[in-house]
Amino acid sequence: MPNSSAFLLLVISLLVTIGGIWIGQNVNLLPVDASSNAPIYDELFKVLFSIGAVLFLGMLAAVVYSLIRFQKNPEDLEDGLALEGNLSLEIFWTAVPAVVVLFVGIYSYDIYDRMGGMQPLQTNGHDHQAMHQEQRVWGGIGAGPVESDMSKIAAPLKIDVTAMQFAFLFHYPQGDIISGELHVPKGQPISMRMESKDVIHAFWVPEFRLKQDVIPGQPTILNFTPTKAGRYPIICAELCGPYHGGMRSTVVVEEADEYKEWFNKNTKEVISEL
Amino acid sequence: MTIAIPPANENSGKSLQPKGLFRYFSFSLDHKVIGLQYLVFGFLFYLIGGALAGAIRIELTSPMSDFMPRDIYNQVLTLHGTIMIFLWIVPVVNGAFGNYLIPFYVGARDMAFPRLNAVAFWMIPPSGLMLISSYFITGAAQSGWTAYPPLSISTPAAGQIIWILSVLLLGGSSIFGGINFIATILKLRRPGLKLMQLPMYCWAMLGTSILIVLSTPVLAGTLILLSFDIVAHTGFFNPELGGNVIVYQHLFWFYSHPAVYIMVLPAFGLVSEILPVHCRKPLFGYTTMVYSIMAIVVLGLVVWAHHMFTSGTPPWMRLFFTIATSFIAVPTGIKFFNWVATLWGGRISLNSAVLFSCGFIVNFVLGGITGVALAQVPFDVHVHDTYFVVAHFHYIVYGGSVFVIFSSIYHWYPKFTGRMLNENIGRLHFILTFIGFNLCFAPQHWLGLNGMPRRVAEYDPQFTFVNQLSSVGALLMAISTLPFLWNVIQSAYKGPIAGDNPWRALTPEWLTSSPPPVENWAGKAPLVTEPYGYGYKTSSSKTGSKPQEELAEEKQ
Ligand code: HEM
Ligand SMILES: [Cu+2]
Ligand SMILES: [Cu+2]
Repeated sequence: MPNSSAFLLLVISLLVTIGGIWIGQNVNLLPVDASSNAPIYDELFKVLFSIGAVLFLGMLAAVVYSLIRFQKNPEDLEDGLALEGNLSLEIFWTAVPAVVVLFVGIYSYDIYDRMGGMQPLQTNGHDHQAMHQEQRVWGGIGAGPVESDMSKIAAPLKIDVTAMQFAFLFHYPQGDIISGELHVPKGQPISMRMESKDVIHAFWVPEFRLKQDVIPGQPTILNFTPTKAGRYPIICAELCGPYHGGMRSTVVVEEADEYKEWFNKNTKEVISEL
Repeated sequence: MTIAIPPANENSGKSLQPKGLFRYFSFSLDHKVIGLQYLVFGFLFYLIGGALAGAIRIELTSPMSDFMPRDIYNQVLTLHGTIMIFLWIVPVVNGAFGNYLIPFYVGARDMAFPRLNAVAFWMIPPSGLMLISSYFITGAAQSGWTAYPPLSISTPAAGQIIWILSVLLLGGSSIFGGINFIATILKLRRPGLKLMQLPMYCWAMLGTSILIVLSTPVLAGTLILLSFDIVAHTGFFNPELGGNVIVYQHLFWFYSHPAVYIMVLPAFGLVSEILPVHCRKPLFGYTTMVYSIMAIVVLGLVVWAHHMFTSGTPPWMRLFFTIATSFIAVPTGIKFFNWVATLWGGRISLNSAVLFSCGFIVNFVLGGITGVALAQVPFDVHVHDTYFVVAHFHYIVYGGSVFVIFSSIYHWYPKFTGRMLNENIGRLHFILTFIGFNLCFAPQHWLGLNGMPRRVAEYDPQFTFVNQLSSVGALLMAISTLPFLWNVIQSAYKGPIAGDNPWRALTPEWLTSSPPPVENWAGKAPLVTEPYGYGYKTSSSKTGSKPQEELAEEKQ
């Protein structure tokens, strides 16, 4: 009965579409959000997850349905339909993925822009032109617009990061602090200039949804604005030797006054404004 | 079916070749012998690579580094990746099935350059042995299969140099093979056989061989420069001597992204051969399939920097490679829709070959979806170099290529040996592999998203349970090879006799005895112009195939 199988197909496609979108919107696979970058990332993730879930469930359903519906018993020697192709169908399933991919591309460009990926690096706080005229500096994602008004006016806090086998060192030029832990005040835009002493490492904080390689001979920039107080792992994500798995540190996001306390305790310079 | 005859080449010298099992250990020039040499040798290395994977999964059952020393762990990891790519998947999907099938498909009695072919195969055992022995003699390379400098310059030199030499040899072998396939497909076609009448696997191998010939020399050059940096202390990639580490990454991925298509395009071709036979239907959309292969070849050459989104890449480059990479999904998608359309309305025998092919479709779709997500820069900056990427590429290379290799073994084993495999054991093998594979790799997506980087021997204790789940999956995969091995070994002696064409297939390798004679056909080579002509009903019967095109006269 062609009618009942058409009905079944309709039900399956509805289930696939609704189920896929539901999964994409409701299944959370990500850790907490702790930077201004992270909610933007999660928005992108939800969209990609929904599209992906619909596509995957759809293909899965099509394969399983065909295998059940069109299975034959071993004695049956008949052939199937002599269907060699169907031009309009083929154009259709070239066009649909092309449109989906185009949409994904444009949308993720927008996300990238909102994360600050397209901003020229000179505006990110470091005076790169003056500081490293001899070197090209890449990176710079994470300096997107920040929600809180306070931080909009605040100049980014500059931190120099040095990576080496198998540790990160954080240097605060303002107070001449060198620390093995990264302390940052909540809501304050941070701009880090990173360089490696030996091999390639990578700075990754999953709760910030940000990663940037730390490269010998070529400084890189990473910006972020922490939004949630807490302690989060800093993880080296690029194979850098036997102790690569142990190359970790912690970023401590603190309320402004706690940060100031830490800063004053560790600073070697006496800074009058503080 | 019209048959036209190129005369058997009497002067080929192959009558002097050894006979019996011994010929598989000889410098045989017979493309079928060479194909099976690739297959069996590749499978041995698959077992070795699998054992190494087992060691990795054992180490990762606990958050501490406690099963092996850390530097050994990195050696095991490097060997595992290198062996699986260069000694198992690339040689098997290209060398094994390519050598066995391509001469049949173009209607030739051998490859264009049989001696070069044998040389290409015999370059593999020494390089494989060299790679493995480095572990016992000097300590193997420990900078991963990507060998990024400056890590590869600063780790112990002996192991790294042996790794480079062995990859150079394997790359050379691959280039020789690629040249041979291009020449065979373009020049050795049987008179009367047009390009657009070739079985799809020929197109896949043509595309793959073009990628091999264009990109492998770049890898070779890069690794030679890297070896200079290591032994002669030159400074190409050594920042201390003014070198640039990012240039290495560009050069490496210029080969290694196409390399992923070198591993998967032939698999696409093989699936396109297997499905029509067991669905009793023509391959859906032959022409669009051909064009999408060629589109993948062209696009595949311009997407390499998507592996470098977090290294020193300027914003415009990030954008360009995001878009180029995303668009590969279009021709790839076409192929998957066409395969599902091939299933649709067929009369499907649900045997092991079909199960593994359909398993491939499902797994690869998931790997392709995560691939498109990874191509988006803002998505990738979180998950690059994490277990998410490990999950992505295992869905592609294992769920894709390895599933297709198994499907192909089930499909062509009767031709290779003249005997049938046991279907029930085959299905058991599929079920164990499919469950084990998904249990092993699906949870790794979550691990990566939540903070577990790749290539580590120790991890945060919160990830213990999921890692153990993954290790159970790996154990199932290991167990699944046992029924497979038992099946292929005992069926070679005790399996039911297959006959020439147990699947009632139309492609030319089935129009001869099983196993086929030297020179492939006892008499004339058949002209098959409709390799997928299933389902044409004739007046006398409900089943039948499209008549093969007639030759006006026999041209020679
Ligand atoms: C739809 C098509 C595909 C897309 C869009 C895609 C995209 C990507 C991207 C963007 C990455 C980089 C992820 C990262 O390191 O951050 C990646 C990694 C990888 N992909 Fe795919 N991919 C696709 C298909 C394939 C295929 C067909 C294969 C192999 C047969 C493959 C094998 C790999 C491997 C081995 C890696 C990891 C390399 C490494 O870092 O060691 N991918 N893929
Ligand atoms: Cu590191
Ligand atoms: Cu790639």
